Amino acid sequence: MYKYDEYDQEMVDTRVAEFRDQVRRRISGELTEDQFRPLRLQNGLYLQLHAYMLRVAVPYGTLNSAQMKVLGDIADKYDRGYGHFTTRQNIQYNWIKLEETPDLLAELAAVEMHAIQTSGNCIRNISSDQYAGAAADEIVDPRPYAELLRQWSSFHPEFLTLPRKFKIAVIASEKDRAAMKLHDIGIKMVRNDAGEIGAQFYVGGGMGRTPMIAPMIREFVPLDQLITYSEACLRVYNRYGRRDNKYKARIKILVHELGKDEYTRQVEEEFAHLLTMPIEPPLAELERIKTHFVEPAFDAGASDELDLSDPDFRLWVERNTHAHKQAGYVIATVSLKPVGGIPGDASADQIRLMAQLAKDYSFDELRVTHAQNIVFPHVRKADLYTLWQALDAAELGTANLDTVGDIIACPGLDYCSLANARSIPVAQKISQRFGSAEKQAELGELKLKISGCINACGHHHAGHIGILGVDRKGVENYQLLLGGSEGADTSLGQITGPGFDEDGIVNAVEKATNVYLSNKQGEERFLDTYRRIGMAPFKEAIYG
Amino acid sequence: MKILTGNDLKTGAVIWWTGVGWSLDVNDAADVAEDGAAIVAREEGVQNVFAAYVVDGVRSDEGVRPAHIKERIRALGPTVRPDLTLKPSDPDAINWVI
Amino acid sequence: MVEVQFRFRNDEAVNDPAVTVDSFAQQTNAAAVRIEPGDDARALLPHLERIALVEVNFPAWTDGRGYSSARVLREAGYTGELRAVGDIAPDMLGHLQRCGFDAFAPDKALNPADAEAAFGRWNNVYQATVVDGRQAIWAKRHPAA
Repeated sequence: MYKYDEYDQEMVDTRVAEFRDQVRRRISGELTEDQFRPLRLQNGLYLQLHAYMLRVAVPYGTLNSAQMKVLGDIADKYDRGYGHFTTRQNIQYNWIKLEETPDLLAELAAVEMHAIQTSGNCIRNISSDQYAGAAADEIVDPRPYAELLRQWSSFHPEFLTLPRKFKIAVIASEKDRAAMKLHDIGIKMVRNDAGEIGAQFYVGGGMGRTPMIAPMIREFVPLDQLITYSEACLRVYNRYGRRDNKYKARIKILVHELGKDEYTRQVEEEFAHLLTMPIEPPLAELERIKTHFVEPAFDAGASDELDLSDPDFRLWVERNTHAHKQAGYVIATVSLKPVGGIPGDASADQIRLMAQLAKDYSFDELRVTHAQNIVFPHVRKADLYTLWQALDAAELGTANLDTVGDIIACPGLDYCSLANARSIPVAQKISQRFGSAEKQAELGELKLKISGCINACGHHHAGHIGILGVDRKGVENYQLLLGGSEGADTSLGQITGPGFDEDGIVNAVEKATNVYLSNKQGEERFLDTYRRIGMAPFKEAIYG
Repeated sequence: MKILTGNDLKTGAVIWWTGVGWSLDVNDAADVAEDGAAIVAREEGVQNVFAAYVVDGVRSDEGVRPAHIKERIRALGPTVRPDLTLKPSDPDAINWVI
Repeated sequence: MVEVQFRFRNDEAVNDPAVTVDSFAQQTNAAAVRIEPGDDARALLPHLERIALVEVNFPAWTDGRGYSSARVLREAGYTGELRAVGDIAPDMLGHLQRCGFDAFAPDKALNPADAEAAFGRWNNVYQATVVDGRQAIWAKRHPAA
């Protein structure tokens, strides 16, 4: 994975010094809260329901064991002993003190980490495929391109006061494991007819109040124009994105209001102009970055044998591991969704354990997924049982990847001052209702996502089953949506009808799964059955 | 009653206006009647608090209970982590929120 | 008139009244123009040789359209004074400069120490904006042969 050179290190160190000075000026009163707020947001520091919350960046979801260990230590030293992994592959701490944040950031900088632009009206953390560099279906590792874009977007002077936040995802396979089309810019690395690698651009996707699927704006951008094209897309947005209404300020609204063709025309015009300026890094820079993403030293003789006689282990292998491009290896997902647990949360001890296990069994590397789980990308099959036993002993061995138990949930009203309803208790109840291995196996792949408000941080629009928390005259209420999907077959969930209270929504979810089980044909997933039979049978079962 | 809540600038802790100062305990919250905006302006001006706002509350023999569930969660702590709330040993605390 | 608190030019400051972008074409004696956030800076490109001063207004420092306006003008070859006016946050001074601004006239005078720190904050920069004359980190990593 990428290692900082002295320039990268100086940038994060400078940022810490800058923020330390800004905090000093805030505490002395020289900066008002209005003046300070945008500055602290661009260092990931939110004010939440209980305290300051800090969002630390995990660039394209990749980190090493030394970094993971520090994340655990920070949870103990600066917070209350745990962290929360997010739907953008970052980690959040909920009880941070402003006066301690500069020191915290300095400790992160010492292990090449930061909280730069994880909030604010700027380009945010760039996300990617959690199986990058390990899955057989990628045409290239997408992460070097994400790293190139990360550096381009960091402290970009023209794009630090955008109309709104800006989220980019980069993938390199047909199978979209990063919900690419639901980003402001989604990039898919592709091969053209001549066999050359280039970038396919999708612009104007997003969740939130008005979910939209990004249309393709450019079928192929050559590698030596990647930054220039990105800059053109951003400049058009900076100039013409709406600034009159916070809820209409994302680029998806601009693309929608201009129409895809007109937005594309404006980008192409800006692109043609920018190509006359020397703003593109040389290909040598991309090559330099790629040298950090070479394959680990796989054991070519690693055995493909796996002893599955332990039934719990077998279940975990079937559910939570994915084929690796290298014989004798697997990609292993650690579920942070124990039955009845808080989705995405991990204690400091668990975080440090995962750090150690990555060092011992995964070439020192981990990934954070946008489904709030952790991945060990390169595990020898021969080590898998030992790894799983260690995980299982720490309540990290739940075998529920992509099943109904693998719930994505935002922090909700328990933590977030934007929320209308609590999301975590709903996740816990659903998790318990469907807690048995038999039930999860019966339901198969079922992506359930919960948001505590319309800002949709839980990605509920993209859930096979989605739940949206609302405030109904001061009382928490939950809407049920069906049929969303974040993959290459992106679709947005449809509301079933009137909302429910907390117990009601859990019952409604169960009724929906029963409709699926009664109507399922062959190997259909819940999503497939819903798409085939439509909303009516579900609606009738739930409300009839 | 109208009560004021905000955050401590340096620590981020949730605090409640008592009439003379700021307390971590919502039961110390005072009724500010129509003076809320003026108190916020003054107290924020000298940095005793920031991000302060007025909410409805109800006083009873047990203490002060904010009218909206959001401020009750704010007052106590996350309902899903009783150990991190202001009343980790009180099994009835969650009922007070809900 | 608001004082120009910081200026990085050697020539004489132009203090002609600045006309609007919309009227500049007709105002053939005007040498100064003011760009509001909603204006299209490219409307001035046919007239660059006549302009000695461009003011770019930031009614709120969080509305960043002026950064693009500045770069657009510099990229087109504008060499006159490019002055940021309005609500200028001291912490943004370095970024403004990198987009081509060489003069700053904030509504309220900035703390000089904060401004100096902001101008000099970043030893290196990740991007080539070109118009600031600075070499991007990638150029330093790969010196042209």
